[in-house]
Amino acid sequence: MREPTVVAADAADYFQTYSVVGVLAVVGVLFVAVAFTANRLLRPVVPTPEKLLTYECGVDPVGEGWAHTQVRYYVYAFLYVIFAVDSIFLFPWATVFAAPGYGATTLVEMFVFLGFLAVGLLYAYKKGVLTWT
Amino acid sequence: MNDALDVAVRLVIVFGLFLVLPLVVGQTEHKVMAHMQGRLGPMYAGGFHGWAQLVADGVKFAQKEDVVPKDADRRVFQLAPAVALLPYLLVLLAIPIGPGEGAVGQVIDAGIFFVLAVMGVGVLGSLMAGWASANKFSLLGGLRTAAQLLAYELPMLLAAASVAMAAGTVSLPGILNAFEWWWLPWQIVGAIVFFVAGLAELQRPPFDMPVADSEIIFGAYTEYTGLRFALFLLAEYAGIVVLCGLTTVLFLGGWHGPFGGDGLGWVWTLLKTAVLAFVVIWLRVTYPRLREDQLQKLAWTTLVPLALAQIALTGIVKVAIQ
Repeated sequence: MREPTVVAADAADYFQTYSVVGVLAVVGVLFVAVAFTANRLLRPVVPTPEKLLTYECGVDPVGEGWAHTQVRYYVYAFLYVIFAVDSIFLFPWATVFAAPGYGATTLVEMFVFLGFLAVGLLYAYKKGVLTWT
Repeated sequence: MNDALDVAVRLVIVFGLFLVLPLVVGQTEHKVMAHMQGRLGPMYAGGFHGWAQLVADGVKFAQKEDVVPKDADRRVFQLAPAVALLPYLLVLLAIPIGPGEGAVGQVIDAGIFFVLAVMGVGVLGSLMAGWASANKFSLLGGLRTAAQLLAYELPMLLAAASVAMAAGTVSLPGILNAFEWWWLPWQIVGAIVFFVAGLAELQRPPFDMPVADSEIIFGAYTEYTGLRFALFLLAEYAGIVVLCGLTTVLFLGGWHGPFGGDGLGWVWTLLKTAVLAFVVIWLRVTYPRLREDQLQKLAWTTLVPLALAQIALTGIVKVAIQ
């Protein structure tokens, strides 16, 4: 168990760290806001119907822009979600796996984990999922 | 009070670097591409070798009319450039350029994690632009961006995890403190996977199919003009700076150098970052564009298995030397 004061100091550190990130985010938002406002003051505004038309290689647009398309990579999307969720767990594990007292056990665990990923990938490859349809 | 001043100075420096470094990379790209292709590049603005070209571009962009197409989803269309740009500013805060707490914007314990998560947000900007423009070419560009995301994100994550395993920490300064020179050959595969995946994230050639000008005009950015277009461009170059800086910190030892000591650490970081940025430009001049499905194939059958192999290697070596 750690001392309560240490925990409190850690928490303070933690909030201090991310409040700096927050302040920088605010600075960034201000930068964009100032840029857009300045731009509004500097630029001409002369809209014409032709100018506001959707650009389609110079001819009048056919149909609307939100067209039906076939998303050909949705299987990749499934694969990606599964794999990405898995690999997030690597990070907490990575910080302790070689600590004294773990060693060989965690290494075997790692190979089990990698084995699962590799078999999954191999299966997808065998099923022909990894070729564009 | 001193703390507040300290934080303010750090933020000003980070913000300054965020505005200056991308322009340096941009100007370098003008000149390097010109020399590699046997032409002059911009020579007029500013007198000496056109050094002020990007300033002139900026002045032009700032005064240009801002056209939002009638059919577009107005709010989303206007916000997209900011969403694309700001994540790179936040990432820059976490990248250490020298030893000690003085040379990093803010030490963030969850370093790698924070950086990868925030960088992922930037892509949303392209997706928003692609969808909100109500333009077929933009939509195609947005869809390609999404496809690209599926290809590069996983290898990038796995390669970064390998470094976290080697160092036993996810904090970026922590990784550099643990760095030894023999990590270079040890992590080289991970480094290449990370860098290539990063290129795909930035939509830089040879992975620029989302903005392929000869096929879909300019992808998600087709309808943009003026300042908003400029912000997208700035995001691309800020992305180059961030990617090269991260590769330097994670894989090339950041401020460690063969000589010069700790005092010159920041020179090493900047030098390595600059060399990597040069490589990014070099690749643009050298390679033709891949097709979207070729990128998927490259990612899933080459980069991901390589990254997994790197993790296995890292694990074995780390436990063996323990």
